[in-house]
Amino acid sequence: MIAGIAVTGVLLLATMPAAGQAPAYRVPRTADGKPNLNGIWQAVNSANWDLEGHAASTGPVPSLGAVFATPPGLGVVDGDEIPYLPAAAAKKKANQANWVKLDPEIKCYLPGVPRATYLPYPFQIVQSQKNILISYEYANAVRVVNMEAPTKAPAEGWMGWSNGRWEGETLVVDVTSLNGDTWFDHAGNFHSDALHVVERYTPRSADTLNYEATIEDSKVFSRPWRISMPLYRRVEKDARLLEYRCAEFAEELLYGPLRKKPIN
Amino acid sequence: MSHRLLTSFSALVAVLLLAQAPLAGQAWTPPRTADGQPDMQGVWTNGTLTPLERPKGLGTKEFYTDQEFAALAKRVRQGDVGTEADLGAANNQALRYDLSLYGFDITKATFASNKRTSLIVGPEGVVPPVLAEARKRNADRAAKNKGHEFDSYENRPLQERCILMGQERIPMLPGVNDNNELQIVQGPGWVAFLHEINHSTRVIPTDGRPHISQKVRQYQGDSVGRWEGNTLVVDTTNFTGLTAFRGSGEKLHLVERFTRASDDTVTYQITVEDFTTWDKPWTAEIPMTKTPGPIYEWACHEGNSEISTILRGARVVEEDAAQKTAK
Repeated sequence: MIAGIAVTGVLLLATMPAAGQAPAYRVPRTADGKPNLNGIWQAVNSANWDLEGHAASTGPVPSLGAVFATPPGLGVVDGDEIPYLPAAAAKKKANQANWVKLDPEIKCYLPGVPRATYLPYPFQIVQSQKNILISYEYANAVRVVNMEAPTKAPAEGWMGWSNGRWEGETLVVDVTSLNGDTWFDHAGNFHSDALHVVERYTPRSADTLNYEATIEDSKVFSRPWRISMPLYRRVEKDARLLEYRCAEFAEELLYGPLRKKPIN
Repeated sequence: MSHRLLTSFSALVAVLLLAQAPLAGQAWTPPRTADGQPDMQGVWTNGTLTPLERPKGLGTKEFYTDQEFAALAKRVRQGDVGTEADLGAANNQALRYDLSLYGFDITKATFASNKRTSLIVGPEGVVPPVLAEARKRNADRAAKNKGHEFDSYENRPLQERCILMGQERIPMLPGVNDNNELQIVQGPGWVAFLHEINHSTRVIPTDGRPHISQKVRQYQGDSVGRWEGNTLVVDTTNFTGLTAFRGSGEKLHLVERFTRASDDTVTYQITVEDFTTWDKPWTAEIPMTKTPGPIYEWACHEGNSEISTILRGARVVEEDAAQKTAK
């Protein structure tokens, strides 16, 4: 009985947050003692339409009526303002005005980081010791986060080069070598090839993570800025990623005019 | 043959001779992941010089002897191997191209050594005859496309369209000379396979869950896995009729077995079954060998100028022909 009380005391102490800190969720561990982030996750917001706060609006194809209208959103940017340099602000506006032609997602191009995270499709974290693989349903996009000594990218790419580390409960991923061809959303928010993203994945409950990304690009922004949002576990029985090899959904757009007998 | 290629083939033979696979049946205990799965993680290549089907003339002979293997290696050096080794582009184009310019330099590639005479196992060593109904199905499809090959992107093969490349398509048969790299990452209850070509990723559950609804058909089907001792067994169904692996239909049923056979070898065994295409299942065994990483990003669709160039070319030819007729 006395031993039981002593154990309870230890348990209570172990779960008490340190003085001055907000009580933090402690996620179950993997077999090698790391926070266990394995699972299929998805953002539930309208960040992919516009990172900044936005009201609902008419969709790009009038004949589709309410089906593909833009859903409203409170915004995921700290301070709700992306700090563009003046020339870049003008380009963002031009992008937005012509997004139906220019948004790389329309062509099924690889989405880059952080956009891959909040596209309206699930992604799966497969966590090992030396590597963490992140597989995205959209376009079969993938990243392998190196968890050993940081390495340099062999080449620039659409999904960049990811080096990760643990900071307490948080997986921190440093992403470099991203090309300048991806966007952040349908609203024309963009970056250059000088983009540097630091992501933080922090468990906030058994089935939710908090996702933060700090975005730095001195060619486009006057200072680093940050987005944050929860990610939700896909808890359905038998949840798994399915094929969304969208190249074929973009072919008519890209190659239709070159048909022997164009459809229109 | 140029001096350069002779040097290349010498290097190749060295690779063939040095990389000896462990003897069949030899006991070897694979390392374990933190949660106790046999650990197959790393970057592997299934590149091989062994042809899928056994060359005619070898009859039921499944393995070369050491002496025969050495003699074959010598003939590889002379570039005179006929159908006994699959040199791919190196075989046919040796006299026309400097392969190193195109990234197809086989001397820079890693191959698992293999004394099998064919990847297909068993006395026959060839793909079983295709059933009449499957021959008709495939002939009808080809006939429908004949004369329309350049009409539209829809008439082009899946790999030109960056939808499904030869090497990523399961079962994964090696492509000759290039793009055979595969990274395996294991998490609790899941095994991920990342094929470099087309950043093709499969994340396979190993928790005993059933296949998804038969209504959901996918190019790569639906894969579920389980561990049998040191072997990961992956069962795949739900293919599309367009997947057409060597003429298969949507009833294709594939069983893949991955076994870590030594520190630097994973044995990849496939059993292919489709009773609408072949009258019996057939099995092949492909050694995968360790290769230095990392896996690069192989973005295909984003840089695809092939489809638009082919279609534009066809339209130009048609316009020229129309103008000549008009004159």
